[in-house]
Amino acid sequence: MSVKVEELVREEHPMEKLLRMDRIPHIWCPTCGLGTTVTALAAALEQLELDLDNVAVVSGIGCTGRVAGYMKLDSFHTTHGRAIPFALGLHIARPDLKVIVFSGDGDLISIGGNHLIHTARRNVDLTVICVNNFIYAMTGGQVAPTTPITARSATSPYGNYEHPFNLPLLAASSGAVYVARWTALHVRRLTTAIKEAITKPGFSFVEVIAPCSTLYARLNKLGSGLDLMKFYHDNSVIRHGADLKEVDIDYQSKIAVGKFIDIEKPTYIDCMNEGGKRAFGDKYKPYGGGNGGN
Amino acid sequence: MKADPKNVLTGSHYLDGNYACAEGAIAAGCKFFGGYPITPSTEIAERVSQRFPLLGGVFIQMEDELASMASILGSSWGGVKSMSCTSGPGFSLMMENFGLGIMLETPCVLVNVQRGGPSTGLPTLPGQADMMQARWGSHGDYEVIALAPDSPQESFELVIHAFNLSEKYRMPVLVMTDECVGHMTEKVVIPPAEEIELLERKYTDKKPGEALPFEPTSDGVSPMIPIGKGHKFHITGLTHDYRGYPVINAETQEKNVRRLIDKVNMHADEIIWLEEKDVEDAEVVIMAYGISSRVIQPAVAKARKEGIKIGQIKMVTVWPFPEKRVRELAGKVKSLIMVEMNYGQVFLEMDRCAAGKCRTYLVGHAGGTVHNAVDVYNTIKEAVK
Amino acid sequence: MAATEIRITGFGGQGVILCGYIIGKAASIYHDQHATLTQSFGPEARGSACSAQVVVSDSRVLYPYVTSPGIMLALSNDGYLTHKDTMAEDCILVYEKDLVKPEKDGPKAKAFGVPATRIAEELGRKIVLNIVMLGFFGAVTDLVPAEALRKSVETSVPAGTEELNLKAFDKGYEYGVHLKEKVELKV
Repeated sequence: MSVKVEELVREEHPMEKLLRMDRIPHIWCPTCGLGTTVTALAAALEQLELDLDNVAVVSGIGCTGRVAGYMKLDSFHTTHGRAIPFALGLHIARPDLKVIVFSGDGDLISIGGNHLIHTARRNVDLTVICVNNFIYAMTGGQVAPTTPITARSATSPYGNYEHPFNLPLLAASSGAVYVARWTALHVRRLTTAIKEAITKPGFSFVEVIAPCSTLYARLNKLGSGLDLMKFYHDNSVIRHGADLKEVDIDYQSKIAVGKFIDIEKPTYIDCMNEGGKRAFGDKYKPYGGGNGGN
Repeated sequence: MKADPKNVLTGSHYLDGNYACAEGAIAAGCKFFGGYPITPSTEIAERVSQRFPLLGGVFIQMEDELASMASILGSSWGGVKSMSCTSGPGFSLMMENFGLGIMLETPCVLVNVQRGGPSTGLPTLPGQADMMQARWGSHGDYEVIALAPDSPQESFELVIHAFNLSEKYRMPVLVMTDECVGHMTEKVVIPPAEEIELLERKYTDKKPGEALPFEPTSDGVSPMIPIGKGHKFHITGLTHDYRGYPVINAETQEKNVRRLIDKVNMHADEIIWLEEKDVEDAEVVIMAYGISSRVIQPAVAKARKEGIKIGQIKMVTVWPFPEKRVRELAGKVKSLIMVEMNYGQVFLEMDRCAAGKCRTYLVGHAGGTVHNAVDVYNTIKEAVK
Repeated sequence: MAATEIRITGFGGQGVILCGYIIGKAASIYHDQHATLTQSFGPEARGSACSAQVVVSDSRVLYPYVTSPGIMLALSNDGYLTHKDTMAEDCILVYEKDLVKPEKDGPKAKAFGVPATRIAEELGRKIVLNIVMLGFFGAVTDLVPAEALRKSVETSVPAGTEELNLKAFDKGYEYGVHLKEKVELKV
């Protein structure tokens, strides 16, 4: 059977439906983990067969913060650390939309850390994808609350000596109902995790360990992005349901990955409606959105 | 569009300024309020939290003021009229995302019940020393609209007006009240819903693929682009083009910032709201806003009774500053006086616009109480010489 | 008529603020006057001594604060002592007879005392002592019509307690009328 040349040469990117092609090429470095992570999100959205008109992405600031600008969805590039509270407002106004927060470790965990824990506590129905590259990349490779002890950065030039956060433990103990961690190497598992997180009612948190070859790898002499991917391949240990106290990430040691938490809990809006009913009985109409429902 | 009767507490009430702000917001159709408790503004949040559940609104006490301000921007982009309130230190924290609101051209209302500063200052006593922060508090160049009520009645009315302005000019609007007005209880007459005119948000009528989030228009105000309708728009706090895409260069910056400035300046005559009295034959004009415009009345009346030709301008809007009017008057009068509870903030603008054509006086103090008649009267006597 | 300044002073839990609220509301909602209520905020409003100020006027109240009250309602001796020096020369003092000991040296001040707490206790609820005071205030002063005050009480107290509060108001009012008939005590 002969194959026509036109069928071999695709003129469009397979994810074109989900990407703003008029903004490509993107600003990310070669071998950055963000490309594969965005692809995982795109694949997840495609596989879920969601009406893409009803999906919104909110990002903060940083390399990962730029994701909102490349997804062909209603998308918001907000201020540093504030993606989650912005997304919360958006979600409450339009609970019918799927709101996904896609941002980095510095943005979500450091400057936005308070918002993360409180929004998880409230179990607001948001999906948070946190790309962790262990460093502030956009500003030139400074130490982050996720930088492993001894790792070098532009502001820990002699090696970091601060304890880093264990993100899955932080998210879970704050109240997240879905917590998973994968690396940028685990594209298919990551895609599944993002699908589950989006589908899950309540606050879902997916940590994605991703290589930053330009800064983290260079400052620590870890080779190229490819070398980091190889490192993930050799050192990731799948431990579904692991004791979260044991999933810390030490410098260049084993990385526990997997689905850690998947529980059922009423969402913020469920709880609000329950509270309204408790207080007002039948006089209270369940909240269905700021412009509809009531 | 008229207010929804369900939201309007028609009748005469004995309310404090903070409760009146809350009632104004509810009457205006506000359905999302993200706030954080801080004296002396907290009663606004309390009233909203009490009234919202049966009106289909959502009150959420956020973890801090950073989040409060961010949340109301998000909900506004979700198509819902949104508000927050704060005071003192909280206003400082909100400045970050207030700037995002300006940059994303997001309609919403922020009430600042001013207390004495700097820092923690005087939580339970009044001040008007956040006026320049209101004007310039977030980094970068932009214009703002700020209103200053002098009573609970005006608090009710001006919050509604602020919502209308925010929708009309597609931007956050500030209501700069103060502890005295916020905690002062007076009669507030809430009219029937059909007498409350509300401005509906203007959305683009263009199809997905054609609509732009910052469409250039002749009046400088772009219609909003709705979420969830297939537009798949992008907006960013970075300098952006009409498409909302970040473009990091001087040319785009110029266009972007000019739009933020021009849309207010082009409509300054419409936005500026002054209440003038006896200005035509005045030798001295006294200007004030909010509670200060009210407590000067006995001193002004006494001076007038004594034959001093004094006129007064109550600034219902403080920003944009009534530059044109002050320039006109400066050429006609002996002196201009500004009375405010600070050591000269809006005064600086008055003085700048007077441009040496008349004398200018400040009746100011550090806050903690309102002005007494004696200080105001003495300055009037000095100014008329 | 010039503005009349009223100060109500007592300790937290006596209903001082509500007292001010009811007077202001009576004057401005149930009568044709203007009335502005301000209150002390801060830690003192959450316990111990507190005060409420009302300015009542036939025209718009321009200056909202009370500097030298023409009427003072004293519900506690501490409150009285804190504020007695601000009383205008011809200030009318309306006080809780069992709790406040007015000094005898006020120049022109008239003083009217009522055992409001005792009357409230006789009605079964000590908490209504502020409403007894209000009824009494309505009788011994003629600033705000008693009928307006009574209506204001009815619409300001918690739902379900109207009857008790109106009874308290009437008791205070009767006591005041009776007292005024007898003698105007000059202190």
